[in-house]
Amino acid sequence: MKEFKYTLTDPEGIHARPAGELVKQAKEFACSITISKDGKSADAKRIFAIMGLAAKQGQEVTVTADGSDEDAAIQAMEEFMKMNL
Amino acid sequence: MKKYEGKSVFGGIAIGKVLVYKKGEQQVKRWRVSDVKAEIQRFEDAKMAAVEQLKQLYDKAVREVGEASAAIFEIHQMMLDDLDYIDSIHNMIETQEVNAEYAVAATSDNFAMMFSSMDDDYMKERAADVKDVSERVLAILNGGSKSTVDTDEPVIIVADDLAPSETVQLDKDKVLAFVTVHGSSNSHTAILARTMGIPALIGTPVDLDSVDGKMAVVDGYAGAFIVDPDGDTMTQMEEKKKKDQEKKELLQTLKGKENITLDGKKVMVYANIGNIKDLAMVLQNDAGGIGLFRSEFIYLEHDDYPTEEEQFKIYKAVAETMAGKRVIIRTLDIGADKQAAYFNMDHEENPALGYRAIRICLTREEIFRTQLRAIFRASAYGKISVMYPMIISMDEVKKIKKIAAEVKAELAEQNIAVGEVEQGIMIETPAAVMISESLAKEVDFFSIGTNDLTQYTLAIDRQNPKLEDFYDPHHPAVLNMIRMTVENAHKAGIWAGICGELGADLELTKFFLSIGVDELSVSPGSVLAVRKAILETDVEKEREEQLKKWL
Repeated sequence: MKEFKYTLTDPEGIHARPAGELVKQAKEFACSITISKDGKSADAKRIFAIMGLAAKQGQEVTVTADGSDEDAAIQAMEEFMKMNL
Repeated sequence: MKKYEGKSVFGGIAIGKVLVYKKGEQQVKRWRVSDVKAEIQRFEDAKMAAVEQLKQLYDKAVREVGEASAAIFEIHQMMLDDLDYIDSIHNMIETQEVNAEYAVAATSDNFAMMFSSMDDDYMKERAADVKDVSERVLAILNGGSKSTVDTDEPVIIVADDLAPSETVQLDKDKVLAFVTVHGSSNSHTAILARTMGIPALIGTPVDLDSVDGKMAVVDGYAGAFIVDPDGDTMTQMEEKKKKDQEKKELLQTLKGKENITLDGKKVMVYANIGNIKDLAMVLQNDAGGIGLFRSEFIYLEHDDYPTEEEQFKIYKAVAETMAGKRVIIRTLDIGADKQAAYFNMDHEENPALGYRAIRICLTREEIFRTQLRAIFRASAYGKISVMYPMIISMDEVKKIKKIAAEVKAELAEQNIAVGEVEQGIMIETPAAVMISESLAKEVDFFSIGTNDLTQYTLAIDRQNPKLEDFYDPHHPAVLNMIRMTVENAHKAGIWAGICGELGADLELTKFFLSIGVDELSVSPGSVLAVRKAILETDVEKEREEQLKKWL
């Protein structure tokens, strides 16, 4: 299992568009990817769950990957977050 | 006659009968099914058909409003593929042995409730997205796609609010305009409304029950919705509509055409914008890019220096909306006639020759660096170029390039992605023209700002109405300066464009083509008129005559 923490810098937080992109990105990997915030966690491959986190600018989220391709997944997710969120 | 005021999201005039559109909250009945598997299959088939429809809507929206605005339909597809959503529906059908319609409607309500209870206005609005996608599935389950408008004659649609998919699906032949009580100009609906190219008003406080079936006028230019117009108003509006129509027809024939002269020379025709709100006009008028993005508006609309993040968001949105087309952002050009109080500028005797534009940026570097960081960051999302105003010396250009290189290195160190950013300068002082041969070796392109170049060349204050008789925008001194600038650009292998008002002067289009201008950036409304002039020009044949006529 691999994880990293990320503080959102996008003023709008994880709104619909990046949530969609994030799900697309997560679906590229076979391992399970979870995003959690304040004890709530969401499957990164499910758009409603991700939007339901209502993660906003300045808040910290933890991204966890667990499975065969977890290394590649965690790297890709981190790059994605930096670039888009 | 009763007049309502609304906020216009698209110009145009419509005259016709009102049809009040009330959301057919689909009446969903619940019944028991015996073959649960077959019912789940029914849902799966309907879902697939819905995804297919959304794909088509997405393609349509990409073509008409660009990728950024179309993204909502991609997200709608993802919502339908969401495992929580699907599991909930499957589960209900299986465990409660109910019909697919009921399971979809109940699941939709649950998810919509989750969003509307969120402590975030943006997320609250997403409840509408859940309902919108679910209703699409319901309509398919009920047999066939839902027809949003049932009418034989074209009508003005008046509604409380419209979902994006409802707007984009409205049959263009049957809808003259639409007016909604709610909706914001940033809503997907407003953005998509522009795809339709029909007048549209939002935030119009109409009493829905009192207007159905009545004659009305929608004036998308003035933001007016007039019910039961009197004779005078009617005549006036019919006249306005006729003119509008003629203009639109001319433009339609030119849309999608290349800017190419009779003898095969291609020219870039871009648009100038002074606000992010102008983007819709850029797309509607089929501009090949943005040749001048006046970033000042961000500063003028703020009470304090805009942050990097605020600027980044705007530049990114523009880059994404333009989807790979060139966007040239001009750095801060404040001073002279454009003032923001928080800059605390001293009173000047002669502000046009004073502390302005790049002169501020080079003495107050923190402002400049913040803007450059925002621009470079946004360049990862599209094709962004940057240009610097009011250049008079090589020294300035070298300083600017040094700062830009530092900003870029800083971003690289922080692992922040940036794209390829072309750097150009505005040629708007006689000094820059005279040293343009050297300047051209330092930059990627020139953009000639004819307004200032004219004022500085002729020593005429363009704000002073008494000088009008002396002011000649076609003065051969100015036109020679433009020619010299273009020649020197070409010598160094870079391109040169015109972004001042002269660029849209149709009398001069042939002349500009004759001296080899590569790009004309004009207000969005002039793009197609300039295209028309280009299509009618034979540069090789006309060059000699043009040069003789103007120089």
